[in-house]
Amino acid sequence: MVRIKIRKEIPKKRYVTLAILAFVCILLVWSIVSELGLVESIFLPTPRSVIRYTMRSIANGTLFANMGISVYRILAGFCLAVILGVPIGIIAGTFKPFEAVVRPISEFIRYMPVPAFVPLIMVWVGIGESAKITVIFIGTFFQMVLMVADDAMAVPDDLIHASYTLGTNNFTAVTKVLIPAMLPRLMETLRMMIGWAWTYLVSAELVAANSGLGYSILKAQRFIKTDAIFSGILIIGLLGLITDRIFAYINKKLFHWA
Amino acid sequence: MLGLRKRNRLPDRSSHIEANLANSKIYVNDVSKIYHSEKNDVLALQNITMNILDNEFVCIVGPSGCGKSTLLRMIGGLDEITSGHIIVQDMDVYGPGVDRGMVFQSYTLFPWMTVEENIRFGLKMKKMPQEEQKQVVQKYLEVTKLTPFANSYPKELSGGMKQRAAIARALANSPEVLLMDEPFSALDPQTKAEMQLLMREIWEVEKPTVIFVTHDIDEAVFLATKIYVLTQRPGTVKKEVPVYLPFKRELELKDTTDFLQIRKQVASLIY
Repeated sequence: MVRIKIRKEIPKKRYVTLAILAFVCILLVWSIVSELGLVESIFLPTPRSVIRYTMRSIANGTLFANMGISVYRILAGFCLAVILGVPIGIIAGTFKPFEAVVRPISEFIRYMPVPAFVPLIMVWVGIGESAKITVIFIGTFFQMVLMVADDAMAVPDDLIHASYTLGTNNFTAVTKVLIPAMLPRLMETLRMMIGWAWTYLVSAELVAANSGLGYSILKAQRFIKTDAIFSGILIIGLLGLITDRIFAYINKKLFHWA
Repeated sequence: MLGLRKRNRLPDRSSHIEANLANSKIYVNDVSKIYHSEKNDVLALQNITMNILDNEFVCIVGPSGCGKSTLLRMIGGLDEITSGHIIVQDMDVYGPGVDRGMVFQSYTLFPWMTVEENIRFGLKMKKMPQEEQKQVVQKYLEVTKLTPFANSYPKELSGGMKQRAAIARALANSPEVLLMDEPFSALDPQTKAEMQLLMREIWEVEKPTVIFVTHDIDEAVFLATKIYVLTQRPGTVKKEVPVYLPFKRELELKDTTDFLQIRKQVASLIY
């Protein structure tokens, strides 16, 4: 006899406990290894020094200034990608001729490494804010088109066919049925994409930046200040996690029917 | 009207068929369907001719893969006709339209709308006045016994209730014909029997013309006034079986000799 373990539900409390435990374990191993001097602090700073550095940057205001500018860049690049990518993705996922035009090109471009575009972007749009926003945009746009197209295609044919028999035409079938039906998946896609936008932050701030979380990491790298690097990476991770949770919460509230 | 084109040329018909056309609701004339694929072409349906009269409850049965659903979808305008004509109320079918309501095997209620909003959808599309919309919705909620669930979302409903709401949604649009594609095949036997009874009740009161595809012979005999039995692929009409059973039907009917006799006849045509 088998006691089923695969995908067996566990109480929420235990889930949360295990998740916290995992974080604590990593912190513990990190503390032991660094505090006991098993690894040189230039390679692995102690948690205490990372916290100390973070506290200091909060105190002198640089952390929040950097955070603000970085959040702005990400939101601007991401919103631009959404405004353009979502409609194009929906059309590509709905009408085959558009898919033929859009999909192969996007598949091609999305494998290109974003940091490699940085020199080009500097030539094309200069070194101002728009350059950083462009990097985020390129990093997310092509992926977004493809994923949104998939979301649109995931709406069952029968749902659309049923709407045709209730009096929709090709336009209203899209606006009144296909789009509302795909919204929960679309929002999940956007949630994933904003996560990706965060990962492109450092690439974006490679472009002649003098502020931002990514920039502070790059600057720390020049002076091999590993505590600062750690602090920056952890803050980015934390902000990413918060954005993700906000999205998850909104989606749950908005799509109670799903 | 969407999905229909006014006929300007009638196809050649034998005089026998023409005599029938007076009260013909749906006329399927020599329809064939070929599926093209890269490797080969598959003939799914061959020379299907059917004449369905006003207010008839027609069931189409046949072995699985005989193309009965394809035929229904062609009448609904959701699949292309390779050759032949399908005429609904003197209009050629070339696409889907509101004159042919459809209930699918899969659940097709719009999940973001309540039951009431689902039923209202078609009425909104044709811009019926608000007051009238309300009345029609009320009526079909009652017909399908869903009034207490008017404000429920589809995910809160059982399978049987979902299909009832789908039937209400289709009927609210007052289509010329209600097309049903194995709508009860995913339901448990108990619910299925209840749904059959309700479907028959609705038909007795509302008198819609119904074309109902099923692989369940019992279901076909219980519901239909006429059964078309199709053959194995390529599907052709093997026989048109009239069902001479009482107008008012209860589940006990399924145990009567009359019922069993027709059942046996249909079964022998399939197997």
